[in-house]
Amino acid sequence: MEEYIGYDLVVEEIPERSRVLDLGCGDGTLLFLLQENKGVNGCGVEISEEGVSRCLEKGVYSYQADIDEGLSDYRDNSFDYVILNQTIQNTKRPDLVLKEVLRIGKKVIVSFPNFGYYRIRLFLLFKGRMPVSKLLPYEWYNSPNIHLLTIKDMKRMEKEFSFKILQQQHFSLVGEGKNKIFNFIKKIVCGDPHTNKSKSCKVRIMPNLFAQYGFFVITSKKDTNQ
Amino acid sequence: MTKKESAKKGTVGVVKTEYFTFSYPPDYFILSNGSQIGPVTLAYETYGVLNENRSNAILILHALSGSAHAAGFHSEKDKNTGWWDLYIGPGKAFDTEKYFVICSNVLGGCSGSTGPASINPETGRAYGMDFPMVTIADMVNAQKKLIDHLGIKKLLAVAGGSMGGMQALQWTISYPDMVESCIAIATSASLSAQGIAFNEVGRQAIFNDPHWNNGNYYNSRIPKAGLSLARMIGHITYMSEKHMHEKFGRKFQDSHQGKAGVSSEFMVESYLKYQGIKFVERFDANSYIYITRAIDHFDLKEDFGGSLTAAFENVSANYLVISFTSDWLYPSSNSKEIVRALRVNGKNVNYIDIETDNGHDAFLLPNEILEKNIKNFLKSEFKKSEF
Repeated sequence: MEEYIGYDLVVEEIPERSRVLDLGCGDGTLLFLLQENKGVNGCGVEISEEGVSRCLEKGVYSYQADIDEGLSDYRDNSFDYVILNQTIQNTKRPDLVLKEVLRIGKKVIVSFPNFGYYRIRLFLLFKGRMPVSKLLPYEWYNSPNIHLLTIKDMKRMEKEFSFKILQQQHFSLVGEGKNKIFNFIKKIVCGDPHTNKSKSCKVRIMPNLFAQYGFFVITSKKDTNQ
Repeated sequence: MTKKESAKKGTVGVVKTEYFTFSYPPDYFILSNGSQIGPVTLAYETYGVLNENRSNAILILHALSGSAHAAGFHSEKDKNTGWWDLYIGPGKAFDTEKYFVICSNVLGGCSGSTGPASINPETGRAYGMDFPMVTIADMVNAQKKLIDHLGIKKLLAVAGGSMGGMQALQWTISYPDMVESCIAIATSASLSAQGIAFNEVGRQAIFNDPHWNNGNYYNSRIPKAGLSLARMIGHITYMSEKHMHEKFGRKFQDSHQGKAGVSSEFMVESYLKYQGIKFVERFDANSYIYITRAIDHFDLKEDFGGSLTAAFENVSANYLVISFTSDWLYPSSNSKEIVRALRVNGKNVNYIDIETDNGHDAFLLPNEILEKNIKNFLKSEFKKSEF
């Protein structure tokens, strides 16, 4: 069920021994990797019982809850990092979730499928219906991705949600498809994968058009003023 | 393997209840309300072997009607297993091949531990209603004496469902340095008003039985009718509406009788009556009163200015909290409250809301998800504790 999208970038970003909250932690693989490689003190939130059970199998702490139902009881800056990896587009109220994570995390990683990706645009333009692809593998009526956004959308929120973008590493998944033209474009816009193991390649040229996924590290402006 | 052997696979086999007596006068056992009692005996059973580091001990805490007999049989002929035999034994959730499992009857109980039916050494007669009020914390303090006696400095886990979960939580707050991890199932930091109401109806059933006689019935007829009625009420609260419907529906016990008259009996009625009758054979009415009172009064917030967050501030255990979706006596929201208080304090907590129709009773019935998660949790906690 899991594709482990962007896990390599998250692991790269987070420093040793950080305190981490992973929202929508799935089967706990990301937290497990962070525990093993970075010795983080991690905790996950997962909506499915199956996910929490899989976390327990790995020795990863997590609890079954709906992120939309609130994170309000966490104290300010409880975590060094809050991770929203491929999760924000699944929430009912991304605005409220974003406000909360900026409050409880010193830094927040937000990564999501980029609706501005050119192939999604082409799909909509030429087929005239909601894009279904490897990136967004659902029909409009059964998609958990209920709040799709683009990299540009995220940037535009900076002011209103008073956060500061510390880092951007928009990326596409390594690997070639059938279409030679698309493969060629990917080759041009992508940097080489960071390591041999990496599944992601960073998109340097016009990411809002050419990156499959957005990847931001943000922080609340109130914190940085201190 | 013979048929008999294969049938016994996964069981701890024949076990024996042991007894530990402490707090001989004048070194009385002091209770939360300041009153004192002594000597105190706790009945307990152990399964598995304590390892060399004494790091694999798990204390199992029983619910309202439980006993020290949590697993195995009391004799070769015994057909009834311990109350949590489904989960304790070789290869089971509490794997007795890996862990040393202890279970004791609570203070105030009636299955070998000191309780209202015990003889008061000062009068030479049963305590009855002279038995002092005990709390969940008192039960835990008595268990602490037993754990000390067994030479265990730190428990790998404390675990229990319902009132057992209350004790498990209390353990982590009363003795934070003695508990590595805590498994709290279908429980609450304090019982709801609805729960207290049901307990009170049960107690009133006992009080209104003429044989109860203010608790002085040990040398005469016992308040069977009252206690069995209390148990019947209890049983209704342990099941979900759906489970009850699926188990009994509107079926009659005797199909020939049909809708003949007021005496005809639905299956659900005879089930409850049977549960009531069975219970009276093994349980003391006064213990029922004392233990339900302890449950009613249990409130982790009480000593911490009404804040559950404050109550968990200094705990050091890691937690596995489990609730059942159809449990209306200890609803999931009660467990979520515990989880919230723990995570606000930055404590390690796992929480699962298991989907089931079995209601509050679910922890006593077969449940693969429950079994698997207890097993995995203990495995990783054991690994961490050895680290």
